[in-house]
Amino acid sequence: MVTNPLGLDDSSGLTQPPSAGDIFVNKSFKALTAFFTWATILLLAYIVFKIGSEALPAVSKYGLEFLTSTTWDVNEGKFGILPEIWGTLYSSLLALGLGGFFGIAIAIFLTQDFLPYRVEMVLKNIIELLAAIPSVVYGLWGIFVLIPLLRPMCNFLNTNFGGIPFFSTSLSGPGMFPAALVLSIMILPTVAAISQDAFRAIPLKTKEAAFGMGTTRWEAILRVMIPTASGGIFGALVLGFGRALGETMALAMLIGNSNKISLSLFAPGNTLASLLALNFPEAGNHETSVLMYAACILLLITLLVNIAGAFIIAKTGSGGK
Amino acid sequence: MQAKNLFQTAVFTAAVAFFTVQPATAADVAKLTGSGASFPAPIYTTWFKEFSRANADIQVNYQSKGSGAGIKDFMSHTVDFAASDAAMTEEEIAKVPEGVQLLPMTAGEIVLAYNLEGVKDLKLSRAVYPAIFLGKIKKWNDPAIVASNPGVKLPDQDITVVTRADSSGTTFVFTQHLNAISSDFKSALGFGNTVNWPAEAKIVKSPKNDGVSATLKQTPGAIGYVEYGFARESKMEMVHLENKAGKFVAPGLEGGQEALSKAVIPENMIAWLPDPDGDKSYPIATYTWMVFYKKNSDPKKAEALRKMVTYCLDEGQKIADKAGYIPLPANVVEKVRAATANIQ
Repeated sequence: MVTNPLGLDDSSGLTQPPSAGDIFVNKSFKALTAFFTWATILLLAYIVFKIGSEALPAVSKYGLEFLTSTTWDVNEGKFGILPEIWGTLYSSLLALGLGGFFGIAIAIFLTQDFLPYRVEMVLKNIIELLAAIPSVVYGLWGIFVLIPLLRPMCNFLNTNFGGIPFFSTSLSGPGMFPAALVLSIMILPTVAAISQDAFRAIPLKTKEAAFGMGTTRWEAILRVMIPTASGGIFGALVLGFGRALGETMALAMLIGNSNKISLSLFAPGNTLASLLALNFPEAGNHETSVLMYAACILLLITLLVNIAGAFIIAKTGSGGK
Repeated sequence: MQAKNLFQTAVFTAAVAFFTVQPATAADVAKLTGSGASFPAPIYTTWFKEFSRANADIQVNYQSKGSGAGIKDFMSHTVDFAASDAAMTEEEIAKVPEGVQLLPMTAGEIVLAYNLEGVKDLKLSRAVYPAIFLGKIKKWNDPAIVASNPGVKLPDQDITVVTRADSSGTTFVFTQHLNAISSDFKSALGFGNTVNWPAEAKIVKSPKNDGVSATLKQTPGAIGYVEYGFARESKMEMVHLENKAGKFVAPGLEGGQEALSKAVIPENMIAWLPDPDGDKSYPIATYTWMVFYKKNSDPKKAEALRKMVTYCLDEGQKIADKAGYIPLPANVVEKVRAATANIQ
């Protein structure tokens, strides 16, 4: 006998109206989630307000010159963060280039049937483990392993191709290149994981259709899968870039913290986040305000990146988000 | 049933014990909190541990956050005492209504550590090392360096200067010394907890003493300033510096004590040695201070603080050398002991 597919059998209890308890749980759950959502937003607003109000004296004193001058001299009360803005963007873009390339390549390799499913899962988890390594450990690894390893290569490039601005100085120790390299490893798991999700979200039919039209595997990947997943991949890159902008400790240890604007990959530089981390603990009252101003700028840069990302994703339209 | 009774009795006894005994001991134990300088933190922590072991009724908790942060805590009255490498300015002292007593507790040296393969006991003259830190002398085989190191084969290698990236009392003392010996340095950078080091490709900054040490060890051709204890612990080569008398002196206990003996401690106990006299004096030595309120609200606490200082003066100085610090000279110990009475 075919039973009622909707299960409208009174004895099963499915058709009973919700009890008072159910309604209460339902309502309080809703209230709770609403509360937490608003609390998070309020917290963010409060942080921005607090940083902004502490920064106000410095903003009114230094104005926009703060963004364009290059000296940071506490004793003379001269503050400018152009080298830090430059260093933040330069290191993050380099990291995004490297980390993005490898991250997307990994995502393709792990989702496009190159490996048995089990192996895919093992590799995926190992790569995500990279995200669990503390920043300080990356910094130490950079100092003790990466820099000695890179030095001969960098100095070879400097002596032979020193005419190219990117190689115009030799690498002595800390510098932009080792910092960006470590940064790219740090954003790799973010980019790889989110891009994989984007690829996995594409319905199997899309790929079947591509093969059905007679594409080769590579044509399917390059012409069909990547464009379809592009929205998600782009989101992954934006997130990775955001993470690179705010990364602090590893960079403070590796970048050399020098107030210098240089195209050279092997020269030391500085970033906003490491400037903040290193100067806050002992900052005097006046310097605190200046640092808060720098923090506002960092917030603003991150915000702009995210808005630009959201805007581009919206513009490019569909895609396996 | 019996078991339950037993259990209840046990709980009750425990509760009674907790509520009666606990407050009694808590009232007897004086808890002292302090914060500040990270440079003497290793020896302070050892002292306080030993001190609390010897005096069960006093507990000392010290947080090493940096001199500036310690002074900030002290001025906002969140600690019982502070520690600072940069002492305290007149301005800061004037802002504390209870009155401030600074006491030098131990002293240290700042050394130039370097990384040059096969070069030991490098000597640098007073004209040379300020110029290196200004980025004016760029090569290890610069004639000025070769001149004071006859017979040493110096490589044709870039000098990488490593400085502190964070604000630090170590930088304060080091730049103060450079100001005293070089007018070029004075007009270019001045002195302070941070200075605006020249933006050159071969001048890099690392966070904290350990960061500087790590960078020095990993960078061939590097030179940087760290505290003596750190350099000794990480087995780095240290430069023999030319002192005011024109002699090259290796860092260590003897040179440090000689330098300290040249300083006259004034009434406020703040003595700097930017450039000590004496043939055997090591040129960069400094006291480090503990900072106390002259009037404490709780007389018991004041007594505990005095006891603590006395312990540091008597027992503490004995382990200073082993820990990489310079013990206070005997006359300074007596002066500090006398000033301890001001903590009331």
